[in-house]
Amino acid sequence: MAAFLVRRLLAAIVLLVVVSMATFAIFFLVPRVAGQTPDQIALRYVGRSTSPEAIQATKDRLHLEDPLPQQYGRFLSGIVAGSDFKVGPETVPCPAPCFGYSFRNNQPVTSLLVDRLPVTLSLAAGASILWLVSGVAIGVLSALRRGSVFDRGAMSVALAGVSLPIYFTGLISLALFAYTWKLWPNGVNYVPLTSNPLDWAYNLVLPWVTLAFLYAALYARLTRAGMLETMNEDYIRTARAKGLPERTVVVKHAMRASLTPILTIFGLDLGLLLGGAVLTESTFSLPGMGQLVVDAVFGNDLPIVLGVVMVAGFFVVLANLVVDVLYAAIDPRVRS
Amino acid sequence: MSRASRRRAAEEQAAQRAAGGPSAGPTSFLDVRDLRIHFPTDDGLVRSVDGLSFSLDRGRTLGIVGESGSGKSVTSLGVLGLHKGTSARISGEIWLDGEELVSATPDAVRRLRGQKMSMIFQDPMSSLHPFYTVGAQIVEAYRVHNDVSKAVAKKHAVDMLGRVGIPRAASRVDDYPHQFSGGMRQRVMIAMAMSCDPQLLIADEPTTALDVTVQAQILDLIRDLQADFDSAVIVITHDLGVVAEVADDILVMYGGRAVEYGSADDVFGAPEHPYTWGLLSSMPRLDRDRQDRLVPIPGTPPSLINVPSGCAFHPRCAYCARNGDRSTTEVPLMLQTAPGHDVACHLPAEERRQIWVDEVQPRL
Repeated sequence: MAAFLVRRLLAAIVLLVVVSMATFAIFFLVPRVAGQTPDQIALRYVGRSTSPEAIQATKDRLHLEDPLPQQYGRFLSGIVAGSDFKVGPETVPCPAPCFGYSFRNNQPVTSLLVDRLPVTLSLAAGASILWLVSGVAIGVLSALRRGSVFDRGAMSVALAGVSLPIYFTGLISLALFAYTWKLWPNGVNYVPLTSNPLDWAYNLVLPWVTLAFLYAALYARLTRAGMLETMNEDYIRTARAKGLPERTVVVKHAMRASLTPILTIFGLDLGLLLGGAVLTESTFSLPGMGQLVVDAVFGNDLPIVLGVVMVAGFFVVLANLVVDVLYAAIDPRVRS
Repeated sequence: MSRASRRRAAEEQAAQRAAGGPSAGPTSFLDVRDLRIHFPTDDGLVRSVDGLSFSLDRGRTLGIVGESGSGKSVTSLGVLGLHKGTSARISGEIWLDGEELVSATPDAVRRLRGQKMSMIFQDPMSSLHPFYTVGAQIVEAYRVHNDVSKAVAKKHAVDMLGRVGIPRAASRVDDYPHQFSGGMRQRVMIAMAMSCDPQLLIADEPTTALDVTVQAQILDLIRDLQADFDSAVIVITHDLGVVAEVADDILVMYGGRAVEYGSADDVFGAPEHPYTWGLLSSMPRLDRDRQDRLVPIPGTPPSLINVPSGCAFHPRCAYCARNGDRSTTEVPLMLQTAPGHDVACHLPAEERRQIWVDEVQPRL
């Protein structure tokens, strides 16, 4: 088990390095391959003023005329050890992990991310608990009562859930619950957990439910299919032949086996969401990472985009690592 | 059951049939009467088991033989009450030690399952849960029927594993199924099935997934355990070699019905049903010239949705023309041909014996 953990951890670190290379390549190598000059690249980072002097300053600041490997080295060392940025006359320190400096916002990208991350975390954490519990419960019940009214009803709703886009369900729920029935008379306004937990939860209920609806529908379908398959396994027949109560057969034998693949997908989904729930955050105007990246894309603020991509990549790799470890804890065949 | 008691039972059953009255209480430890297990499907009604009767006493072994789809496994799952919750329609009677199981509540049957009757399945790899240690799985089987602490149950699990011949049982009890070889896994399965001293053990193709040398060991083990526990054992198989090895009585099934039922000596020594002849002719034998070809039974097993009319075996039977159209119109009843030996065939008994002696036996 220890060897397995070490192996997985090393693999995760290697993967993170690869992610950083890919990200770096997208932002610095691809434009160059496409024939852009350092001047043109600098134009994207320069900020509001686009005078030749400003461009030259940006080029110098970002060392855009250095060879690419050297640039990548500086990018990596910024993440690992931090770096400094010259902004006008003063030098702004950017402690590790430093993903660059947004000249449009006049802030290091990291501090922008740190501002936005709690919002996305709050959204993802609440929604994921909601969808995992409800999706799995509905899936299991549907499988156990296959063909019943409950099963048909749940699966119809689930089909709607996977088919309807978030900006549709989100806007409908806002229109109904917030504006028509006045349950959220002022709409949804994010309040940090640390300032008022009740307000925090109250304001996040609609985004949680909207986001969870999509995933719960997906998970209900997956769980149902997995349970139906597992209930036909020989070892379920064995469990029944031992004289175990049906409850034990279902919970201890069938669910344990059929929830393992669900766990894998859950890790991936959660990791992806932590990089920003773009649609949900936009629909409910939540100032999370998804909003940040959308604004950055429209504002041509590439350092932020790069930073969000790196953070999202980090969360996906981290989620995968956790899933792998959990998988080994659940399935003894993975360990050996 | 001795030959004399079998005769008595057969006479009683014949008397009941003649009287047409409600059946009396059971005469044997396990008494299955007119068992029917049907599955309604979109394609029609699947008659997996259609009017099957047999009986078995403790200390005896019954071999149920037949091709795939003859209803062997469905029968055994039916005895254990494992069709509950499926679409199966079950009728008839299953008496186990004086208790009727078809009409009993699912929970009552569940309490007997694993304790008074238990089962060994075909493929021990897929029949054991991959996520739990073998010890945990045996402990679970023991504790569901015995109110003991985990430590006591674990000790019992180690004892059982030692008993079925697993070396270093005390340390292997914490291993997972995938860490065992096929034969050892089947021993684990047997240890689990025997953990509550079942009085009825059903082994469904217990050796099919194993190689030949291991097969013999497993059969020896089942036989030894049967002697120790004085259990009634049903061995379900398509392998006549296995049956010849272990069975006292043999029930040959075809298309969900019994076609021949008697002691192993009778069924192997003087078989009277053309299907049994076919099975014997298609069995490889070491005492035969290797140049000789096996004689397969022509045709394919019947569809259980459209079971052939009359005798279900008639489309594949070389002798069915001798009965005029009786074979295609009239279902042959299981009738006693000798004491304790029943056959369902329209051929006159004399003619059957003649065919066996003149045509079939010399070819074997």
